[in-house]
Amino acid sequence: MSAKKSNDPFFWSLFGAGGALSALLIPVFLFLVGIATPVGWVEGPAYETTQMVMLHPLVRIAAFFLVSLSLFHWAHRFRFTLYDGLQLKHLFNLIAVICYGGALVGSTITGYILW
Amino acid sequence: MNQNIHHTPHHPKWYRVRKPVFWWVKRFADIRFIFRELTSVAVAYSVILLVVFYRTLLTGPGAYLDLMETLKEPFWITVNIFALGAVLYHTYTWFNAAPRAIVVRLGKWRIPDLMIVGGNYAAWAVLSAAIFWLYVSG
Repeated sequence: MSAKKSNDPFFWSLFGAGGALSALLIPVFLFLVGIATPVGWVEGPAYETTQMVMLHPLVRIAAFFLVSLSLFHWAHRFRFTLYDGLQLKHLFNLIAVICYGGALVGSTITGYILW
Repeated sequence: MNQNIHHTPHHPKWYRVRKPVFWWVKRFADIRFIFRELTSVAVAYSVILLVVFYRTLLTGPGAYLDLMETLKEPFWITVNIFALGAVLYHTYTWFNAAPRAIVVRLGKWRIPDLMIVGGNYAAWAVLSAAIFWLYVSG
């Protein structure tokens, strides 16, 4: 009997890369754009400067990887939270398709917006 | 041999005690585990915000300023405070778990766990400070 080939190592590597990138970069982004600027603790850069920095090709590529891998990070964790937390193991395939499919659709939309 | 035995593709069912949906609320360690897993929702929310941020940047100054105004609403500030709390918890748990996921060796010497964790926090601090400085000096 041959062992069933699993895709888990592949998804785990995406999960790991997304987890590391998001841990490094998201707190400062969320703090600056989501809290510090709206409440007036800091003044954000002018539109033109933000555009110049954020639309640099290298920054766009980094942003794409950050978004895409973070979405796969979410997909992997959320999938197992639904299995274990909400005891939905009987919906194994449906949940996997929704989670990873969602991350894939999100990545495609991100790629489309960024370019 | 009994001809009435049908083949079934399904595995025979074992007797299992069904776990209630909220099995994890009884122990603090389990609540912490579920909360750590749910930080991924805050991670997903944050990158969606980043994509929206990009979309307004590419649309024009009007759209960008509209987003900045929307983010001033108390609802979004509250959402972002909770999301930041969750994302920081993700960062903390991720860095602290790193030595269990990666074993780095230089020749025969295994890099101590503390150095791996410290390296992660150092990289995080440097990157965050650089982005912060770029943002406020822009």
